[in-house]
Amino acid sequence: MSDAMLTDSAARLFRDLCTREVTEAAEAGTWPRELWNALTDTGLAAAAQSDTGVGTVDLCALARVLGAYAAPVPLVETWLAQRMLAAANLSAVDGALTIGPVLRRDNLKLERASGGWRLSGSLKRIPWGRDAETLVLIADADDGARTVVVKKPQGWTHDWSYAREPRDAVRFDRLPVSEEDTGKGWNRSELFFNGALFRTQSMAGAMERALELTVAYAKERVQFGRLIGKFQAVQQQISAMASQVAAGSAVAQSAAEANAERLARFEIAAAKARIGEAVAVVAGVAHQVHAAMGFTHEHTLHRSTRRLWAWRDEFGTETEWQAWVGRVAAQLGGEGLWRYVVAASKPDMGAALP
Amino acid sequence: MFTSFSLAELENAEHLERLREEVRAFLRAELEAGAYTREPSGWDRYDAGFSRKVAAKGWIGMTWPKQYGGHEKSSLERYVVTEELLAAGAPVRAHWLADRQFGPLLLSCGSEDQKRTYLPRIAAGECYVCVGMSEPDSGSDLASIKTKATKVDGGWRVTGRKVWTSYAHKAHLMNLFARTAPFDEKNRHEGVTQFIVDLDWPGITISPIYNLAGDHDFNEVVFDDVFIPDDRVIGEVGNGWKQVSGELAHERAGSERWLNAYGVLVHLLDSAGADLDRADAEKIGRLVTHLWTLHRMSFSLAGLLNQGITPAVEAALVKDLGNQFDQDIPEAARQVMQEEDRAKLPDEDRFNEMLDRALLYAPSYPIRGGTREILRGIIARGLGLR
Ligand SMILES: Cc1cc2nc3c(=O)[nH]c(=O)nc-3n(C[C@H](O)[C@H](O)[C@H](O)COP(=O)(O)OP(=O)(O)OC[C@H]3O[C@@H](n4cnc5c(N)ncnc54)[C@H](O)[C@@H]3O)c2cc1C
Repeated sequence: MSDAMLTDSAARLFRDLCTREVTEAAEAGTWPRELWNALTDTGLAAAAQSDTGVGTVDLCALARVLGAYAAPVPLVETWLAQRMLAAANLSAVDGALTIGPVLRRDNLKLERASGGWRLSGSLKRIPWGRDAETLVLIADADDGARTVVVKKPQGWTHDWSYAREPRDAVRFDRLPVSEEDTGKGWNRSELFFNGALFRTQSMAGAMERALELTVAYAKERVQFGRLIGKFQAVQQQISAMASQVAAGSAVAQSAAEANAERLARFEIAAAKARIGEAVAVVAGVAHQVHAAMGFTHEHTLHRSTRRLWAWRDEFGTETEWQAWVGRVAAQLGGEGLWRYVVAASKPDMGAALP
Repeated sequence: MFTSFSLAELENAEHLERLREEVRAFLRAELEAGAYTREPSGWDRYDAGFSRKVAAKGWIGMTWPKQYGGHEKSSLERYVVTEELLAAGAPVRAHWLADRQFGPLLLSCGSEDQKRTYLPRIAAGECYVCVGMSEPDSGSDLASIKTKATKVDGGWRVTGRKVWTSYAHKAHLMNLFARTAPFDEKNRHEGVTQFIVDLDWPGITISPIYNLAGDHDFNEVVFDDVFIPDDRVIGEVGNGWKQVSGELAHERAGSERWLNAYGVLVHLLDSAGADLDRADAEKIGRLVTHLWTLHRMSFSLAGLLNQGITPAVEAALVKDLGNQFDQDIPEAARQVMQEEDRAKLPDEDRFNEMLDRALLYAPSYPIRGGTREILRGIIARGLGLR
C-alpha cells in the first residue's frame, strides 16, 4: 500500500470503530476487542513486522493517526515490539504486544541456567501489560543487552495513565526463558529513543485534533450575541495554540524523516522536548476556549488532552530531554552547535539517556 | 482550514551543504582578516564594503533572472546563504531590504525600465533601500496612512511624514507607500500606491530617532511637496495594498525572524563551559530545541516559496514563534551566566556587550515586521476565525 492509502485506511478504521463507547469501555478496563480485531484483519497491527515493507516515516504517520483518534490500543507498542524482534533476528509474533522496560530505573536481569535462561526483575508502567499477549523486553545478560520474548505473564498490578490507558506493573522471579526466545538486538537506550519517537508522533496527531475541535467550537458557540471565535482575545489565544501545534507537527515529521536512515538521537530528543513543551499551551488554550463544556466527561476534548498530558511524561519529559540536548550542545560548543543543528545528517553524540 | 503545518519535501541536500561550506569559508576568511566582528545580530549592522563582497560572491539577488544581474538560483539556495550569514553575525543590513523585499517586489510588479535600472545595482551590492510604510498615526493599521501624493503634470507631489524608517539615513532609495486617492472607510485598502523615491531629492528631510539602546537605527522622514516622476510608480496606481501584502510574506518568512540574538547563545555555550548543571542544561537545551525547530520550519517555507507558493499564514506563524525565541535567548543567558559570573569574565570577552545589546533590542523583535497581535490575527484568519 502507498503511504497515503495506508494512513487513509487507518483513519477510516479509527473513525468507524474508535467511538466514544469503545473508548469509554476501554478506559473502564474492557479490552477493545472489535477494534483490535479490525486492526489485525486490515494488517495494521502487523505493520511493523519485518516483511511488510512499511518504513519508519509511514509507521510514524500511522502513529499520528492513532493519536488523532485517541485509539485505546497498544498499536505503537506492538510496532515497537515487532521492530525489536526483527532487530534481534527473532521470528515475528502476532497479537497484541508490548515492550519494556519503559522506565530508566527499571532493570531486568537474564542469567544462564540449565537448558536456557532465567529472567528476574520488576517492571512498572508497562503499557497495556495486562492485555498484551506477548511482552518483548530488554534485559541485561552477561554478554550485554538481550531481547527476550515472554508470553502472557501472570501477576500484574493494574495502574493507569492520566488518559486511563493501562500502565501496569509485574515482577519476574527467575522466570524460565528458552534459547529461541532470546536474541541480541536493541539495547535499552534504543528502545527508549524509539519509544520517544513514536510518542512524539501520536502527540502531534492528538494536538492537531485538539486544535480542530477548538477551532470548530469557537465557530459554533455564541456568547454576547457573537460567535466566541469573533472575539479578538479568543482568536489571539487560538493562534498562539496553532503556532505550538505547527511546531509540534513539524518536529514530529522531522524526527521521523531523520530516523528513516539512522537512529536520530538528537532529532528525537529535540522533538520530544519541543512537543512536550507545547502541550501546556495547546491543552491550556483548548480547555480555556471550551470552558466548562470541555471540562465535562461528556465532551470529547479530554480524549485528546489527557493523552497529551500522559504521553508528554512517557519516554522522557520535556525537561529531561532539554537537559539531554543541553549537554549535547555543551559538548559541541558555540561554533560546533550551528553546524550540527543545520546539518541534514547529524553524527551521533553518544550522549547517555536523559 | 489550516490546522497542521506540513513540511515541504526538501530537494537533494548535497549541493546545499556544499553551498553552506562555501559561505562558511568566506565568512571565516573575512573574520580572520578583521573585516567584521561577530555581532549578536548582524542583521542590525550596516557595512557597505561587506555587502559588496557578498554581492561579488553572487549572494545578492540570488533567485533573480540573469538579465537583471541575478543568479537564477533556487529559494532554498538563497535560504542557505542568508541563514549562514545571519548565524555568523555578519553585517548584512546594508543590502538586506533591497535583496529580500524590494527586488522581489520589482520583479513581480515593476516596469521593465525599473527592473533594468535597479535590480543589477542591487545585485551588485551598490543600491540600498529603506521601507517607508509606517507613519505617526499608522503602524499596525497601515491602510490608514495619510502621506498624500497628488497628481500633477508628469508625476506626483508628495507631502507627509514617515517614521521608524530603518536606515533611511544610509539608503539610496525609499520604497514609499502613499495615498493617491482619498481615504474611504468602506474601501480602506484602495487608493494607496508604491513609489520609488531617491532620498536626496529636494523636499525630503531625514532626522534620526535614537532607540532605547542609544543607537541611531530608525528615522523620521518628512516629505514636503516632493516631486516624484510618473515612471517611479511601482505597479499600478492604487494597487499598493495588494502589492504590499505579497511583499510582507517575504519580509516574514526568513531566518532573520529568529536569528536576532543567536550570537548570545553561541557565546553562552562557550562561557558556561561543558560542565552544565541540570538547570542550566535544561535552559540551554530548550533554546537549542527551538533553534532546530525554527530552522526546520523556515527551511520548509523556503521550499514553499520555491514552488511558487506564498505561505502568508505559515510565515506569520514562524515569525511569531521566532520572535519569542529571540526574546528567550537573553532571558536564559542572564539566568545561566548571572551577574556574578559575568563579572569574572576577562575584559576582552564580549559576552556582556552581546547580552546588553540582545536584551535591549529584544522588545523590538515582535514589533517590527508586524506586531505579535497582528500576526496572530493573520493566523486566526488562516484558521477561518475571521
Ligand atoms: C526596530 C524597528 C524598526 C522598524 N523599521 C521600520 C521600517 O523600516 N519601515 C517602516 O515602515 N516601519 C518600521 N517599523 C515600524 C513597525 O512596522 C511598526 O512599529 C509596527 O507595524 C507597529 O506599529 P506601531 O508601532 O505604530 O504600533 P501600533 O500599531 O500603535 O500598536 C500598538 C499596540 O497595539 C496593538 N494593536 C494595534 N492594532 C491592533 C489590532 N487590530 N488588534 C490587536 N492589537 C492591535 C499592537 O499589536 C501593539 O501591541 C519599525 C519598528 C521597529 C520597532
